Amino acid sequence: MDLFQTLQTGSGAWNPLLWLVALGVALGVALAIRSRGRKDFREGVGRKPFISGNEEPENGGGHVPASNLYWGFLESLKSYYARIVPLHTGIPTDYVAWLLGVMALMLVVVLVF
Amino acid sequence: MMDTFVMRHLPALLIAVPLFAAFLMPIVGGAGRVVRNAWVVLGALATSAVGLALAWKVLATGTVLYVFGAAAPHVPLPMDSGGIPIRIVFQIDALSALMVVIASLSSLGITIYSLAAESRQSGLETFYAMLFLLIAGVLGMVSTGDLFNFFVFLEISSLAGAALVAYRVDNGVAVEAGLKYALLSTLGALAVLTAIGILIGQYNALNLATLASRLQFTTLDKLALVLLAVPLAMKCGAVPMHFWTPDSYTTAPSSVTAFLVVSSQASLYGLFRILFTLYGPLLSWATFGWFLIVLGVLSMFVGVTMAIPQKDVKRLMAYHAVSQTGYMLLGVGVGLAVLGNPDALAKYGRTAMAGGLFHIINHAMYKGLLFLTAGAVFYRAGTRNLNKLGGLGHDMPWTMVCFMIGALAIAGVPPFNGFASKLLIYESVFRFSPFLSIIAMIVSILTLASFVKVFHSMFLGPRRAEFAAVREVPAPMLAGMALLAVFVVAAGLAPQPFVDRLIQPAVEALVDRAGYIAAILGGI
Amino acid sequence: MTSRLLLALPYFTVVVLIVLGLAVMLSKRNVVKILMGLSLMESAVNLFLVATGYRHDSVAPIFTNVPAGPMALPTVQALTLTSIVIGVATSAMMLSFAMVIYKKYGTTDIQKIKKLKG
Repeated sequence: MDLFQTLQTGSGAWNPLLWLVALGVALGVALAIRSRGRKDFREGVGRKPFISGNEEPENGGGHVPASNLYWGFLESLKSYYARIVPLHTGIPTDYVAWLLGVMALMLVVVLVF
Repeated sequence: MMDTFVMRHLPALLIAVPLFAAFLMPIVGGAGRVVRNAWVVLGALATSAVGLALAWKVLATGTVLYVFGAAAPHVPLPMDSGGIPIRIVFQIDALSALMVVIASLSSLGITIYSLAAESRQSGLETFYAMLFLLIAGVLGMVSTGDLFNFFVFLEISSLAGAALVAYRVDNGVAVEAGLKYALLSTLGALAVLTAIGILIGQYNALNLATLASRLQFTTLDKLALVLLAVPLAMKCGAVPMHFWTPDSYTTAPSSVTAFLVVSSQASLYGLFRILFTLYGPLLSWATFGWFLIVLGVLSMFVGVTMAIPQKDVKRLMAYHAVSQTGYMLLGVGVGLAVLGNPDALAKYGRTAMAGGLFHIINHAMYKGLLFLTAGAVFYRAGTRNLNKLGGLGHDMPWTMVCFMIGALAIAGVPPFNGFASKLLIYESVFRFSPFLSIIAMIVSILTLASFVKVFHSMFLGPRRAEFAAVREVPAPMLAGMALLAVFVVAAGLAPQPFVDRLIQPAVEALVDRAGYIAAILGGI
Repeated sequence: MTSRLLLALPYFTVVVLIVLGLAVMLSKRNVVKILMGLSLMESAVNLFLVATGYRHDSVAPIFTNVPAGPMALPTVQALTLTSIVIGVATSAMMLSFAMVIYKKYGTTDIQKIKKLKG
């Protein structure tokens, strides 16, 4: 198989074919576990999905909207975001100022080093 | 005869075909929808065919030179010129070939996609004319060997890009983004033009190779270097000059956004060309290596952290585009930093650069794919707000599959192509500085996290009443997405052939400055 | 001495114009004025290009009544023409953007053109 050569990274290697084989084995294990599940389950007969014992919400009501995801991540990095988000002012003049600022900085760096 | 004639003039056709397609578009458009669409498909197919044939020729036979207006287009120095190339020269080496391949594949995918995606819009003749101008601009930027010519193509792609960003007025919001893009591009291009003036004033040459052979690195040259490098870094969306990227990527039609990514990467190509080929050994490598590395790390980190809280799916993806550009800057920056150290260059420098360059083509494919899927969702659901979307996986299964392929690739999950290039970057950068490599991995994890959010918000969950009419997108859109998805999977499953045949020659072209100069001046 | 000063005069003008243009771009709030500042800088760069085209002891490449001596290669003049054309295209496009923005947003204040942010 010339096509599926091992990718040489200089200090390591990676073979996609081996990965596919591993993926296949993992899939086999998953299917084996699944086949041991209950055979007598019929959809819509008496059983409801278990959501912490609460009533099942109306159609679509159980969907968590995007802005509620990663609340904890954003909360713990609050001080970082409080600094970085206001930099994105959306004002074109500021964009220009950043470009000129970086140019000036690089000019100093190039002339000094 | 026909075959050799075409093969001989491929570099001219590379520009002529898309320009021809663009300028005849308003006339052809008058003949009705079917004729116009046929013209668009024909133009896109011809452009990609020429691009791929040219790249194949370069990779098979080495650097291709093309002198415009000369009787013998492969001879850069006419007898009566006194040893300077006085005409415009296209110099397509392996690095240019890589960029031409990217632009060819991507342009084909997005034009097919746009046939259906834009069918409900008006003014399509202008749209396609602009799209082909953008393609011509990008192809010109990456294949020219002439600095002023580079500026002209940079302006063509900026102008066409800004017009396309503003194409859907969208109550003025798109025009606002177009104005920002045009303002920054014009200012950046003016800086580039000033640098060109400085260089021609001192060395009487515009040809990249000639300039490279004459450069003295005076104070004025240092000024020119800053005036060239910083605007190009801005155009490729490096933090802290990335602010225009999310604005314009969000409001542009999705097919255009996918190609704006390629256009940014053409600027990245310009940046690498300036640093490696034009200035090369004159630079303090460590300084500019670290310039790229710092820009890269800032881009990776700020890009991904700004992406996580976004609510607009395309804005989120645009911040990821900034973040992924960081990987390319990091990989090539490490290569530049160790350029003067043959030992380190052989050990990990070349691998780092190969990773960075491989990431360029991978990124163009999977990010293009992601933007196209976002466009497909917007096409059917009518909103890009992640808080309002949901449950689309039931009705748009193929779009979902394409999105999954793109999302897993951008997050660097094997066996997709993003993993292959990121692995090259991780392992080589780790030997340069473990800290940088760890940052790159963390950014990858955050990327995966944010795409899990997008996947969850767009496709998972029960069907929603407001999206009852949503169906799978039309076949041309699926075909455009499938083209890019197939590349993503193929380059992921068989990365080594790509690295061997496409990437390694490009790395050699970047490192081998003397070879670039000798191709024009004949080994002086 | 005077001739050297005269030779340097265009470059001084270029620097002054570029600084003026940048100052206008960064300090004014009206979009049209900002575009005027940008246009001023474009003219400055064009002047710079033409100024670099001066060659001592050579004549302009105009082929009527040509005096003896070498002719200057008019590359930069050609560049300037191209650059002027590009400048016209960008100015026209950005002014039309400003027009559409004024129609839709009802303002030309650049500080208020910031619906896209964050």
